[in-house]
Amino acid sequence: MKFFFFHLMPYAALDPDYDKKYNSAWVTLPNSYYDPKIGHQLYNRYLDELEYADTMGFDGICVNEHHSNAYGMMPIPGVMAGALARRTKNCKIAVLGRALPLLNNPLTVAEEFAMLDTITGGRLVAGFVRGIGAEYHAWGANPAESHDRFHEAHDLIIQGWTKPGPFAFEGKYYHFNYVNVWPRPYQQPHPPVWIPSQGSRETIEWAAHPDRKYTYLQTFSPVQALARYMAMYRETADRYGWQAGPENVGWAIPTYCAETDEIARREAKPHIEFFFNKLLRMPQEMLLPPGYLSLASMQGVMAAKRTLSGGVQTIDDLMEKAIFLCGSPTTLREKLEKYQAEIGFGYLLPTMQFGTLPHELTIKSTELFAKDVIPYFRGKADRQPAKQASA
Amino acid sequence: MPYQEHFETIAGCKVRIMRGGSGEKLLFLHGARGASAWLPFMEALSQRFDLIVPEHPGFGGSETPDWLDNIGDLAYFYLDLIDALKLQRVNLAGVSLGGWIASEIAVRNDSALKTLTLICAAGIHVKGQPKGDIFMWSREEFIRNIFHEPRFAEAMLAMAPTDDELFAEMKNRLATANLGWQPRLYNPDLHKWLHRITVPTLIVWGDDDKVIPPAYGTAFQQLIPGSRLKIMKNAGHTLQIEKADELAALMTSFIETH
Repeated sequence: MKFFFFHLMPYAALDPDYDKKYNSAWVTLPNSYYDPKIGHQLYNRYLDELEYADTMGFDGICVNEHHSNAYGMMPIPGVMAGALARRTKNCKIAVLGRALPLLNNPLTVAEEFAMLDTITGGRLVAGFVRGIGAEYHAWGANPAESHDRFHEAHDLIIQGWTKPGPFAFEGKYYHFNYVNVWPRPYQQPHPPVWIPSQGSRETIEWAAHPDRKYTYLQTFSPVQALARYMAMYRETADRYGWQAGPENVGWAIPTYCAETDEIARREAKPHIEFFFNKLLRMPQEMLLPPGYLSLASMQGVMAAKRTLSGGVQTIDDLMEKAIFLCGSPTTLREKLEKYQAEIGFGYLLPTMQFGTLPHELTIKSTELFAKDVIPYFRGKADRQPAKQASA
Repeated sequence: MPYQEHFETIAGCKVRIMRGGSGEKLLFLHGARGASAWLPFMEALSQRFDLIVPEHPGFGGSETPDWLDNIGDLAYFYLDLIDALKLQRVNLAGVSLGGWIASEIAVRNDSALKTLTLICAAGIHVKGQPKGDIFMWSREEFIRNIFHEPRFAEAMLAMAPTDDELFAEMKNRLATANLGWQPRLYNPDLHKWLHRITVPTLIVWGDDDKVIPPAYGTAFQQLIPGSRLKIMKNAGHTLQIEKADELAALMTSFIETH
């Protein structure tokens, strides 16, 4: 299993009482809640934490993209990746943006990623996402075009990286006479592509297509849902006639590690609850604008009547559903070994800082995890679950 | 008077049409919430007119054609429909989104039209006059915000929607987003060409329209030569429900005097 330290860079100084006046930490929360001086401290602190993960032997570090919110301060994740490109020496850098349908010109991402890949000598992992629904409100991008624009922008970027330029690209949304990306990416034919998603059948079918075989990342889901979506990926690959391996699936999950289970639970509690109940708070209209999901998927959501923002969640709820990993190194080793064997993921993306978790605890948890959890899995082959196990 | 429901295939798209009454032809274009039911307002109009109420491509019981990308596609579709149904000297009316479509039809070609009625119409933007964000409102907020009188919203909220109705609502929201998410429910070029409308035009607005404020009625009136504006008192965005009789009477007298 490979370990990627994932940072969301929350605005941790958010007034927790904001929700007495506003129904979300996204889109409509006034930016007067943000203090630039605190922002300065937080950005630099968070970059330190990402750099620390590199020195502690994580295989990679991840930055993220969201707009107009207190949940994550990386609207332009390439700025963070650029800052990290020179200060880190060994780890991969995964940009888990970019939200392609928001772009007027996707070639900006082809260029940006190629630059990052070249500066780092091929340490870039290229993430492509649709963004979450709130992005479509914040940026005015039409959610009804989200899927089609994503696919077309992706095709344009991959062709820009792999086809000799200049060439003409004649799409529905993007039309260019001269696609001629300078620089070309360092990794040939192009950097690995990862597709983070909260679990959409359309996205899984697309990522698992033999033309792509992209690594699919499940984000913020209970472990049961993770098992289901990863099984769906492998079944899709089977149907296409190829066998998906652990390298094709990954799990992004907030994680906290401390000396004992009891200490871990106590130290993490206020910060993980702030993360889920304050920073992730949004009404369904913001999360799922029309067209963001297909009508069939939307029907499923209506039937389930569940949303990310449904009700206040406690640390015990979150740990029980394994939407948050928390415990001593022994506990985390056992859980991860069990889940890996059952589900078959080859990448774990622990979010080691979440919500209001302060720097000292982030570093303590990261250090323990790096010293007492990661080494346990070094040299151990990832397991593939039996086919019927997670059906 | 009974109405009939049938399907027509126009420009390769099968659309559901309700039609009832006799007299002058009146083509009514619905708003973002679709036209699933024959409303008392339609019944009232059908006493004097041959009332034709299609569901737009992409909405309710109509198909979603591959060619449907923008409001201009619907304008040309309805010009095809006017030809296909042989609607000469037809009175065209539209509410909200339907008013936008009606305007787009009329600036392209109003030779088959006798009159035009725009009711709380979308389609233009007036700087400094914010519209309601229908996509950010919850279902309940939406229903409350389309009326002036709370009792209409209460009555609508009291009826639990069936799964089919909820599905139609989702389909209609998707179609509306497709046409008008950005820029939000207007065409930046439309205002430049509204002077091309030469048929008698009536503009009707509610004084308490929380979706598209009445300043938009004034703007439409100034942009369409010879048009007249009627602002209804104590009325919201959904006049065809909240002011059904008054609106039907107003339209009848307007159409009959032209």
